[in-house]
Amino acid sequence: MSLTVLSPGPLATVQDAGRGGLRHQGVSAAGPMDAPAMMLANALAGNDPAAAAIEFAGFGGSFRAETDCRIAVTGGRIDLALPGQKGVAGQAYRLRAGEEVRIGAVGGATWGYLAVSGGIAIAPALGSRATHLRSGLGGLDGRALQAGDVLPLGAFDPFDPCLAPAVSAPEDRDGPAEIRVVPGPQDDRFSAATLARFAAEEFTVTPQRDRMAMVLDGPVLAAEGGHDIVSDGTVPGSIQVPGSGRPLVLMAEAQTTGGYPKIATVIGADLPRLAQLPTGSRFRFVPVDRDAAEEIWIDSRRRLRARLEALRPKPEGALSSAYLLSCDLVGGIWPPEEVVWQS
Amino acid sequence: MQGEDYTPRLLPSGEQALTFQISEAVDEGANRRIIALAAALDRAIAAGEIAGVTERVPTYRSLLVRYDPERIRGAALGEALLALHAGLEARAETGRLWRVPVHYGGPAALDLESLAAEKGMTPDELVALHSGAEYRVYMIGFAPGFAYLGGLPGILHAPRLPQPRQLVPAGAIGIGGKQGNINSVAGPSGWRFLGATPVRLFDPRRADPFLLEAGDRVRFEPVDAAAFARLSAEAEAGSALIAPEEAA
Repeated sequence: MSLTVLSPGPLATVQDAGRGGLRHQGVSAAGPMDAPAMMLANALAGNDPAAAAIEFAGFGGSFRAETDCRIAVTGGRIDLALPGQKGVAGQAYRLRAGEEVRIGAVGGATWGYLAVSGGIAIAPALGSRATHLRSGLGGLDGRALQAGDVLPLGAFDPFDPCLAPAVSAPEDRDGPAEIRVVPGPQDDRFSAATLARFAAEEFTVTPQRDRMAMVLDGPVLAAEGGHDIVSDGTVPGSIQVPGSGRPLVLMAEAQTTGGYPKIATVIGADLPRLAQLPTGSRFRFVPVDRDAAEEIWIDSRRRLRARLEALRPKPEGALSSAYLLSCDLVGGIWPPEEVVWQS
Repeated sequence: MQGEDYTPRLLPSGEQALTFQISEAVDEGANRRIIALAAALDRAIAAGEIAGVTERVPTYRSLLVRYDPERIRGAALGEALLALHAGLEARAETGRLWRVPVHYGGPAALDLESLAAEKGMTPDELVALHSGAEYRVYMIGFAPGFAYLGGLPGILHAPRLPQPRQLVPAGAIGIGGKQGNINSVAGPSGWRFLGATPVRLFDPRRADPFLLEAGDRVRFEPVDAAAFARLSAEAEAGSALIAPEEAA
């Protein structure tokens, strides 16, 4: 049981929930840039939300199923070309052994996810399958996917249904982007005037972005007493301000410690939204206090769990039962797409 | 340890981490205290006294503690850390001692000659000074297993290069400002390098992928090119090469 990579999109990597618990050894968790999107893709494909899936930037590329399986794509508005029909992000589809899917551009966002039933079952490294490109750890030989890569799949029940949301909830990514931050830990290195500009003026997402960090354009933020501190711990979401005065936000694959003052930290509920902003997007930072941010996080987790639990089997047409597929009857009688994809 | 010298500050690092800071400088006393606090936190977690902590990262001068707000709130965690810090015993912890073989020469000795010349000494004199000191692991960070070492003799302090080199090999032994280091993985660096150890501080293929921990002690022991080649082959085959001497 496997999936073959025919032509991957840029920065396509295997990711899972991440390599937690090793920051004290200099190892950041890696994992997805947009964890809720990857968890949704997994849930749609019938997987544990923490299963390994494929993350890509910009567009998805082409893949071939080597076994009957279910796939789901999430992350933005993304078109799928499946055998005999078009598909969209946000619901699961069946692929039969030998069939291909072409995954198009990520519309209105940056990072997309492809989950396959069973999950990507490559050998974990240090307890996780997440790829950390910078240190060549995890994933497939610690690198981005290439044409010809064959990814083994874990066990799954081929009779399980394709899932879709019970109600199609609109993505809450429209409207003026506001990214909430908790000030600190080194906000005291910046003057009141600089902190006011940080919270009032617009920033722009620049092309200098990857899985490690996003460099922002906007007001220059000068630290009083210089931009070097004795290195201390960083987290995903830390907003470092180096000597250029241009802030950069540390992301999934960032280093574990850093020597630049950190003016604020993007809250966990908003970091995936920031990651997904297309290059050139403008947004503002909105300070919130730590206690309020914790409430926002707890609420966002509750809503995410509810969303994952609210997935329902998709109508797959009168003759599309898993039973017929399992008997391999349909392939010989009707073109599969006429059977499977009518709803 | 004189606790009164290190007044803690609780700094939020978002809503899932806080930084427990007791100094803003490179300070061995602060670092010892932070490592003792990390150990006390580990004990409190093991004893079931604190729940919801997901990671802790000791650095030179602060302890970063990540937590799950669904299990513990930052305010309560901060109070618990203050209590642990106040209860730290005033005794000097002595970390494990690692004897690390180093070949002061070969392709990783990028700055040995020039740095010796800068310091007005011979390369042998520089090696004797560097390998005669005992170092302390202040922090593991930046990259997997990368060790920041304190204890570099003052005469060997040397500024970093204005332009970092693009690729310095894993195992390279360097000097950056007042600190020493052991490169754990190959990568760019502006530090000044004197040689290399065959020991891999980080090798994900080993049962124990990491060797050093913050608070450990390190001594460098010179080996010649032939020994370096032989030990490198053993490390490549998966040997850790060295084991720590437990603190007395």
